[in-house]
Amino acid sequence: MPEVTMIEAIRQAMDEELARDPRVFIVGEDVGPRGGVFRATQGLFEKYGEQRIVDSPLAELSIVAVGIGSALADLRPICEIQFADYIFPAFNQIVNEAAKLYYRSNGAWCVPMVIRAPYGGGIGGGLYHSQSVEAFFAHVPGLKVVIPSTPHDAKGLLKSAVRDLNPVIMFEPKKGYRAIKGEIPDGEYTVPIGPARIARAGRDVSVFAYGMMAHYAAQAAELVAQEGIDVELVDLRTLLPVDHASILASVKKTGKALIVHEDTRTLGYAAEVAAILADEAFEHLDAPVRRLTGLDVPGVPFSHPMQDLFMPSVEKIADAIRELAGY
Amino acid sequence: MMVQPLEKREEHLTDAALLEMYRVMVRSRRLDERAWAIHRQGRIAFHVSAIGHEATQVAAAFAIHRGVDYVAPYYRDLAMMIGLGMTPVDFLKSLFGKAGEVSSGARQMGSHFSNKALNIVSTSAAVATQVAHAAGLAFAIQYKQRCGLVDPHDETQPRLALTCIGEGSTNQGDFHESMNWMGVFKLPMIMLVQNNQYAISIRVEKQMAVPNVADRAPAFGVPGVVVDGNDILAMYRALRQAAQRAYDGEGGTLVEAKTYRMTPHSSDDDDRTYRSHDEVEQWKQKDPILRFRHWLINETLLTDADAEQIDHEAQAEVDAAQAEAEEAPYPPAEAALGDVYA
Repeated sequence: MPEVTMIEAIRQAMDEELARDPRVFIVGEDVGPRGGVFRATQGLFEKYGEQRIVDSPLAELSIVAVGIGSALADLRPICEIQFADYIFPAFNQIVNEAAKLYYRSNGAWCVPMVIRAPYGGGIGGGLYHSQSVEAFFAHVPGLKVVIPSTPHDAKGLLKSAVRDLNPVIMFEPKKGYRAIKGEIPDGEYTVPIGPARIARAGRDVSVFAYGMMAHYAAQAAELVAQEGIDVELVDLRTLLPVDHASILASVKKTGKALIVHEDTRTLGYAAEVAAILADEAFEHLDAPVRRLTGLDVPGVPFSHPMQDLFMPSVEKIADAIRELAGY
Repeated sequence: MMVQPLEKREEHLTDAALLEMYRVMVRSRRLDERAWAIHRQGRIAFHVSAIGHEATQVAAAFAIHRGVDYVAPYYRDLAMMIGLGMTPVDFLKSLFGKAGEVSSGARQMGSHFSNKALNIVSTSAAVATQVAHAAGLAFAIQYKQRCGLVDPHDETQPRLALTCIGEGSTNQGDFHESMNWMGVFKLPMIMLVQNNQYAISIRVEKQMAVPNVADRAPAFGVPGVVVDGNDILAMYRALRQAAQRAYDGEGGTLVEAKTYRMTPHSSDDDDRTYRSHDEVEQWKQKDPILRFRHWLINETLLTDADAEQIDHEAQAEVDAAQAEAEEAPYPPAEAALGDVYA
């Protein structure tokens, strides 16, 4: 099995889906000859041409809305939002339109579209190149939200997303685009949207994470393993629909739960996981449910000392695991 | 009373087509009036009216390939929907929230039109969102033609996207972004702006600093034309030309229909708080149905007796539709849980 970077896995997924289905096209800012600002679409313009690799005007609302309209006409758009921070002009189109069209048309009109957006901090990007915005969208029935932490899942989930008949948003951990490498199978495979992945089986503490934080949590689990703490790492990877079964099964085994994300704390995704555990696993818990998250401040600050304080890290995750294990 | 004349008819418009257009206008008007009546009787919760817009909307329905070309309507498009083939029963069931309602299965309020079989795309209440969907539909038409997925001359396939918007909503970003796509990509679409001079209570002069919405079009490289929206023949000609441009690959057109909302914005509005009785009365003299009837009679295509008969038939059809809609069952409560995901 070849080892590739996450960005290469994403590029491969799009290349293969473009080759498989002539209805698939890519639309976004700088996705054409430039190959995308992160190079996710590098080489695709040369291969598939300007009708299928569409450089859009600089206007996120219409990148998404044109995607919606084309999906209604049975195309399969992959809309790229250059940074998740800039998705908000399209918020109305995503929440009021894409998410509701199937429901409000009594199942007549579906919206088979994908929105890709790089998210996350720790890259010196300041307030407007660092945001984690998943909670806004994971709150919206009708959408599907996925966040991979490995090249394997990035490729497999994106291929599933392109084939899904619903609007799927994939937030991609931009810090991991080149930093995260991993093996992917030769040839065709997909990863289903929905099920979480047990990244590491363990019996002492359950850690729930996704994206870059799942990558960090795997490293933290290795650190504490040397101290005799056996972590079960659940890479949530699909945030919506919520995989209740995997969340509950893990905590029934370990009795302890830590949820990690870099999004801000209040009403973040961890709050939902904690609520599910409080509702449905109360009698299995041996310790309080803990959250390790970004800080409740309006943005990820630019200067390194402030950014580092904001961001969860391998060490912070390891400390949180140790505290829970000792409870 | 002096009735304003209409423009010359398009040569290819047959007598039968003209009479059918008139029948659709009358059917929509009687249906719309019934909706107001049953609202005032407390039988339905809400109605938003197309009265005054019938010439614009029926012309549009007849100017495109009906039932084949995509339509992304807005909530005031009742007469257009009737022109495209939706029925009074469809509409009345939606007002009553009854099972089997075609647009949404009664999940949406009335006038949030959708009909997959007629290529009418579901619309929301968030104004201007639909015009951006139309840009996407038009993009898809162009894409399929250029990628060899359909034959550009295949008339069984959609060849344009028609979308409608009120002048107030042209202040939304969705409108401007869609106009920009229309211009940059030369999309096969028609942006039909129904300028009835009010965004609920805000007159057009307070909404924009140019006299016409069409004046905004050249900034996007899109032709914009202003038409008397109460003259069905003028509207038909302008929209037919716009459709032909789209079919010929020449790109999109903005058509601005100058018309008047003869009713309050909706059944919850009271227009006496922001406009004068005189103003409304003056526009009633320019009623698009009155003008078309006058023209048809002058052309000897219609007699007073024919007109009475058409009215009578429309009234009877609405009576029957109301009875059917009122007798229809409500959807089961569990229907609330369906169709979250495809």
